[in-house]
Amino acid sequence: MADVAAAPPRAQRNRSIGWGDAGPFLALAALVLIGFLINPDFLSANNIANVVTRSAFIGIIAIGATFVISSGGLDLSVGSMAAFITGVMILFMNWVTPSVGTAAIPLGMAVALVTGIACGLLNGTIVTVGRIEPFIATLGTMGIFRALITYMTDGGTVAIDRSLRDAYRPVYFGDVLGVPIPILVSLAVALVAAYVLYRTRYGRRCVAVGANEDVARYSGISVTRVRTMAFVIQGACVAIAAICYVPRLGAATPTTGLLWELQVITAVVIGGTALRGGRGRIWGTVAGAVILEFIANLMVLSDFVSEYLVAAVQGVIIIIAMLIQRMSKS
Amino acid sequence: MLRNILLATSITMAVLAAGPASAAEKKTIAVSIPAADHGWTAGVVYHANAAAKEINKAFPDIEVIVKTSPSASAQVSAIEDLSATRKLDALVILPHSSEELTTPVKTIKEKGSFITVVDRGLNDPSIQDLYVAGDNIAVGFNTAKFLVEKMGGKGNLVVLRGIPTVIDDERIKGFKDGIAGSGLKVLDIQYANWNSDEAFKLMQDYLAKYPQIDAVWANDDDMLLGVLEAIKQSGRKEIKFALGGNGMKEIIQKVMAGDSVTPVETPYPPSMIKTAIYLTAAHFAGHAPVRGSFKLDAPLITKANAAEYYFPDSPF
Repeated sequence: MADVAAAPPRAQRNRSIGWGDAGPFLALAALVLIGFLINPDFLSANNIANVVTRSAFIGIIAIGATFVISSGGLDLSVGSMAAFITGVMILFMNWVTPSVGTAAIPLGMAVALVTGIACGLLNGTIVTVGRIEPFIATLGTMGIFRALITYMTDGGTVAIDRSLRDAYRPVYFGDVLGVPIPILVSLAVALVAAYVLYRTRYGRRCVAVGANEDVARYSGISVTRVRTMAFVIQGACVAIAAICYVPRLGAATPTTGLLWELQVITAVVIGGTALRGGRGRIWGTVAGAVILEFIANLMVLSDFVSEYLVAAVQGVIIIIAMLIQRMSKS
Repeated sequence: MLRNILLATSITMAVLAAGPASAAEKKTIAVSIPAADHGWTAGVVYHANAAAKEINKAFPDIEVIVKTSPSASAQVSAIEDLSATRKLDALVILPHSSEELTTPVKTIKEKGSFITVVDRGLNDPSIQDLYVAGDNIAVGFNTAKFLVEKMGGKGNLVVLRGIPTVIDDERIKGFKDGIAGSGLKVLDIQYANWNSDEAFKLMQDYLAKYPQIDAVWANDDDMLLGVLEAIKQSGRKEIKFALGGNGMKEIIQKVMAGDSVTPVETPYPPSMIKTAIYLTAAHFAGHAPVRGSFKLDAPLITKANAAEYYFPDSPF
């Protein structure tokens, strides 16, 4: 985590090394401890594996969002985009299956990736070239993607071809040496993202643009290119998440990915990335996504509160997690 | 030249004048429904369009117009626009919400339209001439009775709720009444918002929390799909029944195939909109008295009668 030192500006960098970065992990540890005290089953290998696997979707998308947010942007369209990519991928696979058989799966993955990158490029171009606030631009595309998936499914469900189901299932349900594949995928995405954000020129520029757009521009950084690229990375991450998501239920519906954008933003912010830009934390984001899923899991495993109050308790825990982080920083 | 223009104008005027006069003999039935945003509403849209097509073909004197709206306020605008641009002889409406639609529908009633309300009632029942609905209490009650009987009156259940609404409350109430007095025990009951993804997660958590679950009731088929995936993944074998409700075609297929975990289904059929449109058309075409309330039963769908509830072309 210490390699974040590569990120300017200097003053912020000094403050953020060390304890500050430990915040989300302290919150996670506290949550695991509370979870164990409430219900010892919480720490069973099976439960942990399920929950961490489930957090992979939000985690992978949130890694992309770390780039967008730390560069000073925001993407509200990710949930709808995930549903849209899922729909395109399933329709494409069902279309080519009769002629290519199970080769439809890798082809479908490629199509998903291309679609995701195209969606990200669209968002990025509207924001940078069109000079529209990211909040508004992606609010617009959020509606567009959601409407397209509703249109493609006739408001109902498009399910993946039966002959592909068993072949594709392992991408979500399978494991390598006991580690579920979605966890491996999100670790790989996080490693690459951490390298790009902390070690490359692009990563430093991304954070610099978020910290102060004018200063970045005067120092010769193409703000347009950096910002657009952040949205493209976001689109690719949404596509990777969609690829892992499709085999879980094998279908796309108009409710797929509903409100994911809020969970993604929450995970990124819990992870220590500044919502106004200028600071990005990849591993913190991953911890944030796991924290969110743990909270939901704990609420079901405990019997303390009425079903009507679950959402309220989740909200309180998120706020406490942020406070733990704030205090560990000062 | 001038004469020709005058002639053409007067002919046009005559046609225009005659147009509305002959159209007045044609009865207009407007159908206002929520836009398809999940399985059940997609089914409603499908059946409404099918009914409109059939009636327009069968009865040349009746025109059925279907309008979908994504929200309550959009629905209010839609029915205002419809009634402003033409005379509506009847309005068939499946309201987004009771409170918001009551006054606008009343305004249309006062203009002399025949009002058919479907599924969710308005706050003032005196507005409606005809009311067509399913029986949500029976959806829960009949499923509960089936479980009580098949499980010999004992066992552990987990229940998944939908979104906090009247529909969900009624189903849960019917279910609780149905198992009352038996040895069936509801271990847990939580919301999964009629969403298969959330149901998948919730079922995984239930499976982690309880070592012995004998049956699951998901209250809706979208959620049931998630439940079935979670059970399959866990490899747990003790779950004897996993039931849903609503009549999704994938689940009806399971019933037809004699699936042992999902052997029955309870309908809350989206085709009720079709029933309502046909009854309204009968009011004009058949001179039959149709005023009143029409409650569709929620009988158990079994292998024997499943074909009656199976619509292969419907998106739901």
